[in-house]
Amino acid sequence: MLSIKDLHAGIDEKDILKGINLDIKAGEVHAIMGPNGSGKSTLASAIAGKEEYEVSKGDIELEGESILEMDPEERAHNGVFLSFQYPVEIPGVSVTNFIKTAINQTRKAKGLEDMPAGEMLKKIREKAELLEMDRKFLSRSLNVGFSGGEKKRNEIFQMAMLEPKLAILDETDSGLDIDALRIVANGVNKLKSKDNAVLVITHYQRLLEYIVPDYVHVLMDGKIVRSGGKELALELEEKGYDWLKEEVGA
Amino acid sequence: MSLKDKLVSNHIVLQESIDADSPIYDIRNEAIKTFEAEGFPTKKLENWKYTSLNSILKEDYGIFPSKEAALDFKDVKQYFLNDVDTYKIVFVDGVFSSYLSDTTHDGIDVCTMGAALTKPKYKQVIDVYFNKIAKGDAMDSLNTAFAKEGAYIYIPKGKVAEKPIQIVHFSTGENDVMMLQPRNLIIAEENSEVQIIERHQSLTDKKVLTNSVTEIYADKRALVDYYKIQNDKLEASLIDTTEIEQHKESIVSVHTFSLGGNITRNNLNFYQKGEFMDSILKGVTIIEGKQHVDHNTLVHHITPNCESHQDYKGIFADKSVGVFNGKVVVEKEAQKTNAYQSNNNILLDDTATINSKPQLEIFADDVRCSHGCTIGQLDESALFYLQSRGIGEKEGRALLMYAFANTVLSSVKIPQLKERITKLIAKKIGVNIGFEV
Ligand SMILES: Nc1ncnc2c1ncn2[C@@H]1O[C@H](COP(=O)(O)OP(=O)(O)OP(=O)(O)O)[C@@H](O)[C@H]1O
Ligand SMILES: [Mg+2]
Repeated sequence: MLSIKDLHAGIDEKDILKGINLDIKAGEVHAIMGPNGSGKSTLASAIAGKEEYEVSKGDIELEGESILEMDPEERAHNGVFLSFQYPVEIPGVSVTNFIKTAINQTRKAKGLEDMPAGEMLKKIREKAELLEMDRKFLSRSLNVGFSGGEKKRNEIFQMAMLEPKLAILDETDSGLDIDALRIVANGVNKLKSKDNAVLVITHYQRLLEYIVPDYVHVLMDGKIVRSGGKELALELEEKGYDWLKEEVGA
Repeated sequence: MSLKDKLVSNHIVLQESIDADSPIYDIRNEAIKTFEAEGFPTKKLENWKYTSLNSILKEDYGIFPSKEAALDFKDVKQYFLNDVDTYKIVFVDGVFSSYLSDTTHDGIDVCTMGAALTKPKYKQVIDVYFNKIAKGDAMDSLNTAFAKEGAYIYIPKGKVAEKPIQIVHFSTGENDVMMLQPRNLIIAEENSEVQIIERHQSLTDKKVLTNSVTEIYADKRALVDYYKIQNDKLEASLIDTTEIEQHKESIVSVHTFSLGGNITRNNLNFYQKGEFMDSILKGVTIIEGKQHVDHNTLVHHITPNCESHQDYKGIFADKSVGVFNGKVVVEKEAQKTNAYQSNNNILLDDTATINSKPQLEIFADDVRCSHGCTIGQLDESALFYLQSRGIGEKEGRALLMYAFANTVLSSVKIPQLKERITKLIAKKIGVNIGFEV
């Protein structure tokens, strides 16, 4: 599904990602952990196509094709979804209008007609229910005045609506209370299939108890320094990152 | 001959056409004297620092239409709000068109100033209200000197205008280049309600200069909503002065949508004379090319316990120029005033300009006044967020611009009008992504 090869990326001459290799197959769940500032969100943004991050070397392939030259919206049309660590507030655009526009723009890119209003409404209702979202959020301005947890839940609602092939969840667990974490994780799991993949970025083992990863990677200073199974997350939770830093000589 | 000289000499002709006993005769004479003394405003005046009229005063404007132009409704239908039942007061080259209009005297008066200024039955009202709020600066005075036609709306005590009222001024080009000076008077008595939509529309590529003055008198607990659609041709310039006097517990809102035209200057002045009132001033400006839109506002808080809310947004492309000069005066007696003012602008190109100047003059001590002005570009991180959801860059930018303007649209109370403006804005921005209002 996703294949990242020796990816180097940065901003204004500053290297942030320093040779990332990552292979994610359909049906898999991968987790990335790592200290603050190690480049996790940068990696997520680079996959989603944020222009700010200049790729100086390497490649990102989605289903065998390089996506580096694609605009963010084209990547989205091809099935990439990023749940933002810090969702952006957009006053004046309601959640409903936003998601409708997103869906219809994606359909248009695929040569499809707009989704019929009735079908759209039904789908919105269904997914809002799945995430136990209060209906009144749907008519509010996008993320404006939403609590941290509400923003994250709204991100996963959008994911549920867009049904991506590759979902990248950047610290979706931060800000969620215990019940919300379960609801959101449950939502993600419901959407999981053998045809799609999830990349979870998190600091905490807790989320991974719900969304169980096949692989866990540790990102430090722009490089994946260790990969393992889900037990690696437990080990990190217990011991922190220092021992790893020593081991890899970072 | 300069335009000023031409106006002054034409004034004599105008005065000869009316009865010297009519009350308007003296008012007009006084007014032309003021204009003659002051002349057209220049950039030397503090209030006109960023707007020069020079380029539009050179034309040899016709002052009176030489021939009557007939318009077919189907040709101008698009300039009306059609999907809602309304009263209409329509002028073609400054002349009232009874054919295009839909007026009434049933409980309320929705008719022409021409009738009100000349018929004895209106004399009392004219005596009390005409030219009482207008400040009497040069452009005001010039309009008063030539005051002849415009909309006259009188909503008596306790009456509600059941339908919105559309005031539309067309210029056809039949009479070569024209200078139009419509004069509107709106009187909303105690506990009355009225909604008005005003539009100046040129149908020609010839130059048009409109110097319009509207006086609005809102008595106790009156509710007046006034909407101005300024989406005219590139050859049409507008100087639009609106003077509003408010009394106890009245609420008056003026929304100005400036989406096109050559030079547009808005003078919007509120005078608060009573307690517990609210004055609402909102505007959306979206212009490009070399267009110029100037908002000059004044809210004069004279009495205690009142509010004013100003929210102006502008999006400027190419070499367009925006001016916002918002003045709030809070007199010593006007304790517990809440006055808010915000002016937010987006410059899409380096070559576009906005001059934003808030002026607060506060003489009372127990007041809440806030003002904020921002000038920026579109938020790139918001754009990335939209794109990452599959929304194309162009549509994303449009959506952000729409969103930016949306806070102003949200207070438009006529749904059909709101939809219309949304569509105008979408068209202006160059995309239609099918969002709802
Ligand atoms: N736009 C930017 N301008 C300057 N520096 C940046 C920018 N974006 C990221 N960086 C820097 O790159 C490094 C990696 O940032 P990134 O946000 O990817 O970290 P992270 O691993 O997601 O951290 P966290 O766990 O705190 O979310 C940091 O040192 C950060 O300051
Ligand atoms: Mg991060």
